[in-house]
Amino acid sequence: MSMARTDVGFAGGAVNVPVVHAEGGVASKRIVTAYGFWVFLLSDVVMFSAFFAAYVVLVNMTDGGPSGRDLFNLSIVALETGCLLLSSFTCGVASLGARARNNSWYYGGMIATAILGVAFLLLEFRDFTNLIAQGAGPSRSAFLSAYFALVGCHGVHVTMGVLFLLTMMAQVYAKGYRPDILRRVLCFGLFWHTLDIIWVGIFSVVYLLGVAP
Amino acid sequence: MSDTKTGVHVHDGDIAPGDERADGTEVAEGIRGYLIGLALSVAATVVAFFLVGTSLVWQPSIPAAVIVLAIAQMGVHVVFFLHITTRPDSVNNVMALTFGIFVVFVLIVGSVWIMTHLNYNMIPMERLMQMQR
Repeated sequence: MSMARTDVGFAGGAVNVPVVHAEGGVASKRIVTAYGFWVFLLSDVVMFSAFFAAYVVLVNMTDGGPSGRDLFNLSIVALETGCLLLSSFTCGVASLGARARNNSWYYGGMIATAILGVAFLLLEFRDFTNLIAQGAGPSRSAFLSAYFALVGCHGVHVTMGVLFLLTMMAQVYAKGYRPDILRRVLCFGLFWHTLDIIWVGIFSVVYLLGVAP
Repeated sequence: MSDTKTGVHVHDGDIAPGDERADGTEVAEGIRGYLIGLALSVAATVVAFFLVGTSLVWQPSIPAAVIVLAIAQMGVHVVFFLHITTRPDSVNNVMALTFGIFVVFVLIVGSVWIMTHLNYNMIPMERLMQMQR
């Protein structure tokens, strides 16, 4: 028999209740929550793969308009990539800080992640407005529709990730490092790192292959 | 047993995705892992960007190299950032990931395969336009 503590949430909070169950029995709530979120993230990755498939199929359908080679500016993409890779590191630092209940590591990591995430979004927004100003908006060709759908979908996810991040900072500030809050911090970390993996696919397939010889 | 303060499992059973099996909760110890991940990830990115801009490499090999580097970099992220490893306590997480990769593979490879064949067999766009007049 193993003794594990399970959180039972009710009316505004979670209370630690000791629960006894058999060896190999019910997993802890942290595992169940994170596993469920992991499965959700994988389904999100499957959705992105559909956008990738659409992009790869439509990449040459430029309808006489500009192609990726004419439009993409790799130095901006490199900056965006740098922001996201560094933010993945600072997000890891923040989750270590949350586990150690160390305020300076946690808040420092989260603030750095937020700044890098917002910097990424600003760069991407500027890039999109430039493209649209050049007449290369999503309605120009099938290629550009697929491009804006794929990269824009990732941008929307990053925006939601930044909101998630700010929420988690506020929740830790208001409620402290409670197990239920720490579970959400864990889920945020999974979300952010997964977005980074999707960006690796985007900068390789869309930008690098777009300008490759 | 689990650490009653954080709910992080320390000894038996499974591990949550994203959790590291750290014996201590020292921040400095964990940061080492993230630093290794960051270094590998940045190295893969720099090589990929360099390959696209250079003329030193046999040109037709570049797209394949970029794809391989991207897959390697995704692997680095999964292991060092998401902490999904092949340890026995992470089997459930790996199984879910494997199924995800399978679906992604079927979707992308299947779409590209079918659509290139359709494109190949389609009548040229100019003739289609003439027929519609």
